[in-house]
Amino acid sequence: MVRILGNFDVAEEVVQDSLVTALDKWPQQGIPDNPGAWLMTTARRRAIDLLRRERKWSEKVALLEHANMSEGETDDRLRLIFTCCHPALAQDVQVALTLRAVAGFTTSEIAAAFLVAEPAMAQRIVRAKRKIVAAQIPYRVPEGDELAPRLDAVLAVLYLMFNEGYLSRGPQSGMRRDLAEDALWLSRLLDSLMPGQPEILGLIALMRLNLARSAARFDAAGELILLADQDRRLWDAQKIADGVATLERAALEGRPGPYQLQAAIAAVHAEARTWERTDWRQIVLLYDALLQLSDTPVVRLNRAVAVSHLAGPEVALGEVNDLSIALADYHLFHSTRAELLERMGEDALARQARLRALELCQNPAERALLMRRLSG
Amino acid sequence: MKYVLLFVGTRDDQDRWDQMTPEQIQASMGGAGKWFEKYGQSGKITGGEQLQGYKTVTTVRSEHGKPVVTDGPFIESKEVIGGFAIVNVKDYDEALEMAKSWPAGAVEIWPVMEP
Repeated sequence: MVRILGNFDVAEEVVQDSLVTALDKWPQQGIPDNPGAWLMTTARRRAIDLLRRERKWSEKVALLEHANMSEGETDDRLRLIFTCCHPALAQDVQVALTLRAVAGFTTSEIAAAFLVAEPAMAQRIVRAKRKIVAAQIPYRVPEGDELAPRLDAVLAVLYLMFNEGYLSRGPQSGMRRDLAEDALWLSRLLDSLMPGQPEILGLIALMRLNLARSAARFDAAGELILLADQDRRLWDAQKIADGVATLERAALEGRPGPYQLQAAIAAVHAEARTWERTDWRQIVLLYDALLQLSDTPVVRLNRAVAVSHLAGPEVALGEVNDLSIALADYHLFHSTRAELLERMGEDALARQARLRALELCQNPAERALLMRRLSG
Repeated sequence: MKYVLLFVGTRDDQDRWDQMTPEQIQASMGGAGKWFEKYGQSGKITGGEQLQGYKTVTTVRSEHGKPVVTDGPFIESKEVIGGFAIVNVKDYDEALEMAKSWPAGAVEIWPVMEP
């Protein structure tokens, strides 16, 4: 570690941190088969965190990320991920534990990321650890029929983590660690530990394609800009190309899934040079395929938006209104209705829907956008 | 590792049984019987019983140091315990698999305190 970092102070702090993590964990979960390697992994992760904050260390970060992992170490991290994302734990706790144990977040960083008071978050994590120990939730990678649903649970945690970071990127997020980047890092880690899983690659592609648009999502004043109004010259062409390449690798496996399809939709948007040239027909087809795999009201809502650009807002509004019971408390249902009603010239009804969306929306950036639309 | 699986049903379900013949009850509980048979034979179930309905339950609790006897389960809830199984399995995930394959309602998994 010292050899790689060339900075004893950083190395020492890092190893100490991971030792604390280990001492916290091993009495409860047993000492891993390869404790030395495990420590190195955790230490390396902490080091990447520390170094990331100092840009000048970027070459060393690359060195650390590409350092070879032994087999025991691989197994151990994978076990840790699956244990943190065990379905016997509530999903918000799964996210917190994964950030704590795998990504090396401190409790206060997790609390800040989810806008929760630190003692409350600490208590949640302690409770989860106690449950893992008391109920003897196994520390292992599921096998056979168990693997697919458990991997879905892990991906759901990573996607939730990503969205929490991605959606909250904005003026107030300066103090928060970049959850979106960390979720991408974790997904890439998972891919390196379990190669050849197309849905992991699909999720990575989806994250990359979304992150590629980051620079265009907020204006100078920190206000959210919708896809239609974004300056596409600000999109990161390299990241888009990476995302598309990742998606193509996933497609080679010949096993489509929800994340691959969502990434494909994001890719169609990313490859349209202007909003007007968006291939909506392709997007609707992809949503149809997505509905076959996961027929949820939110997917139907998103499909209806695409339909509105092919068949007009009236047709889409009919489809959206069918979801009024299922999505009654979902702010994007009401803001979608508002957009469609506005395009139909129904300004009074649009305003009503937008007010309802505002009542339900928690995210500061989205709230600001709604308020701008209401006053505009 | 030992767990107790508590089988949870609703009062409404149990009320319906009151209207059924023993044969009908037998038929509707057939899946549960098979479940007990399957896991009993593989040695994973070390104990368990089906309980009589919630209308037969009595609660005894202490008020100001004196026992008070009341009719009915302690918790006023739509859900009631219909039975339980004590299982001895390799790990938590095995108990989870057993619970998932229970055909007759919800299951609570309670880890048993080890001595």
